[in-house]
Amino acid sequence: MQVEKFYYDNKIVKWFAYATLLWGVVGMLAGLYAAIQIYAPGTSMNFAPTTFGRVRPVHTNAVIFAFVGNCIFTGVYYSLQRLCKARMFSDKLSWIHFFGWQLIIVAAAVTLLMGFTTGKEYAELEWPIDIAITLVWVVFGINMFGTIIKRRESHLYVAIWFYIATWVTVAMLHIVNSIEIPVSFMKSYSWYAGVQDALVQWWYGHNAVAFFLTTPILGLMYYFLPKAANRPVYSYRLSIIHFWALIFLYIWAGPHHLLYSALPDWAQSLGVVFSVMLIAPSWGGMLNGLFTLRGAWDKVREEPVLKFFVVAITCYGMSTFEGPMLSLKNVNAISHFTDWTIAHVHIGGLGWNGFMAFGMMYYLIPKIFGTQLYSKKLATNHFWLGTIGIVLYAVPLYWAGFAQAEMWKQFTEEGQLKYQFLETVTNIIPMYVTRSIGGGLYLIGAFVMVYNMYKTVQSGKLIANEYAEAAPLLRPASPAKEYWHRVIERKPLTMLVLSLIMVAIGGLLELIPTFLVKSNVPTISSVKPYTPLELIGRDIYVREGCYTCHSQMIRPFRDEVARYGEYSKAGEFVYDHPFQWGSKRTGPDLAREGGKYPDAWHYNHMMDPRIMSPGSIMPQYGWLYDTQIDTASVPAKIRAMQTLGVPYAAGYDQQANTDLMKQANGIKQNLKKDKISTQADAEIIALIAYLQRLGTDIKATSNQQVAEIR
Amino acid sequence: MSAIIILLLASISVAALFLGAFIWSVRSGQYDDEFSPPQRILFDDKPTAPNDTN
Repeated sequence: MQVEKFYYDNKIVKWFAYATLLWGVVGMLAGLYAAIQIYAPGTSMNFAPTTFGRVRPVHTNAVIFAFVGNCIFTGVYYSLQRLCKARMFSDKLSWIHFFGWQLIIVAAAVTLLMGFTTGKEYAELEWPIDIAITLVWVVFGINMFGTIIKRRESHLYVAIWFYIATWVTVAMLHIVNSIEIPVSFMKSYSWYAGVQDALVQWWYGHNAVAFFLTTPILGLMYYFLPKAANRPVYSYRLSIIHFWALIFLYIWAGPHHLLYSALPDWAQSLGVVFSVMLIAPSWGGMLNGLFTLRGAWDKVREEPVLKFFVVAITCYGMSTFEGPMLSLKNVNAISHFTDWTIAHVHIGGLGWNGFMAFGMMYYLIPKIFGTQLYSKKLATNHFWLGTIGIVLYAVPLYWAGFAQAEMWKQFTEEGQLKYQFLETVTNIIPMYVTRSIGGGLYLIGAFVMVYNMYKTVQSGKLIANEYAEAAPLLRPASPAKEYWHRVIERKPLTMLVLSLIMVAIGGLLELIPTFLVKSNVPTISSVKPYTPLELIGRDIYVREGCYTCHSQMIRPFRDEVARYGEYSKAGEFVYDHPFQWGSKRTGPDLAREGGKYPDAWHYNHMMDPRIMSPGSIMPQYGWLYDTQIDTASVPAKIRAMQTLGVPYAAGYDQQANTDLMKQANGIKQNLKKDKISTQADAEIIALIAYLQRLGTDIKATSNQQVAEIR
Repeated sequence: MSAIIILLLASISVAALFLGAFIWSVRSGQYDDEFSPPQRILFDDKPTAPNDTN
């Protein structure tokens, strides 16, 4: 058979690798800055773009989609060509993919800092960027599947399966979760409301972890670990089982992010069951990775690449054990809303994703430059800096999370809450400081790597087109046609089973709506749509990322009801586009904030939180006092809400601004009584209106009911 | 909870897609040989000529 000659494209790999290094450092810097702000709130400088609520989404988006994203693309473009024995399908598509993705990252960073956000965690980017992501993802897909189709190796190595699952599932998650109604060029509202939005968001959020931070990296592990150790994977069969089990289980685990929330109980239990089952494939994969090194542990002593991989895989094992544990309801009751979650995700992020990325970089950059790593010693130093960094990061946060949760739940003998919320915060500030030191060490390690890479690149020369040869793949004449023909003709039993499954799915889909649609979100007659001023205030709440520190979900626990008020009901959130339940209580829950404090308290508190609560770690929001409410956008926002089914009267969009000013003037007069003079159209007025509304609809009912009973 | 229908539809169709892929991979003999694929990736035989281009 004639061997075909072709070249691997290393240039695209190089550029994705450079992007990984750059965005890694940028994303970690943003994270360190956010971490320092938590104990030194003055570092936000009373300036909107540098405030925690905006920096935190920049950090999460940068490390997930920019750092890990580019790491995935680096690894896929390197390994897919070699596994398929083919150059990438199209050089042009490769470059569109590369530049498109980098442009998206820049646009994301700029718009998030400017306050353009959808307010949904890990999916904060506004609709034009969502569309751009979809297009670039399609380009990546065409390029990847094109390469797979023109491959010269008939067997699809298990890594390729992980890449395929990543592409398919991320495409679906991104599209379903991003369904939103644009109001203006950079503002949209989620199509879903309240509980539904929460369910969709965490279905997305969890699977983003599964299919962006796990499956592609596992694919990379199954390629780069055997290559670096120069021995085949421990059990290829196990790797195949790992893959299929993982992808079928992962997608159902999302609701474990909403335990004890207003989400229907059966959906919560579904999430828990699948989360627990996930231990099996996850640990199968971890053991498969570690056993690959059996008999090669001496190499681990010498080779920094393997050191990184070993710790990465161990961290994968730890976080995939911890994850199912945290999704048990009794554990979640303690861990949820605390720093425990932050520690958990950083074992995954710093340990698994970060160390896999570092190991891969140390392996691949010398390879494509036809040289040796500049310094193994520096790489080993990086490894130790990173490892100690992870420990110093995670351990204090586990401690902080557990301590704070226990303090929240303490009652005095008289049955009063023992600790003010603020006391539970100031108590864990030393842990926050230690955490940022851990993160700082990790970042220094990353800088050491960048230097090492720079010297390595200088000592070599890029092999832009690497020569390779392989025999072409022989394909039987139209195998697909023949295969289906065979199935239909000769396998009646298979067909029967398949059609039964399809019918069952169809039937379920028809039945479920009738069972669920009405029963699960009981409408509460006293819950009314937001007034125009409150709606604008809510947009400000979303813009400033208040949800990154404040939850709006009171769980049905004694301490939470005592601290915050009546527990949250699903029916209270029917007009919330998007939902703002949050996932972390760095500050107290705000679900029933309305009416707790006078307007003047909020006015002074937002100006400088430490005036009203000494020791508070909340940033200042000075710009809300000088910026005017964007009244021009109000009619469009009302119309958008009407489209989404919020029952404003027909033609209300024209009257909305009159009502808005009326309510704003009311708050202005109210503030005047406390000797505060301000403009009625300052943004702070809208925010106060929203905060004073939170959770009051239900309060009204219970008072009314009490009155009726009396 | 109509959103749950969308999620189920999306999840189930992707699961069905994967099921199809799984059936295809088994039927087409992707997993008949579990020995050589993991070995094969370790050997990127470097052909001598012609040379790489920079």
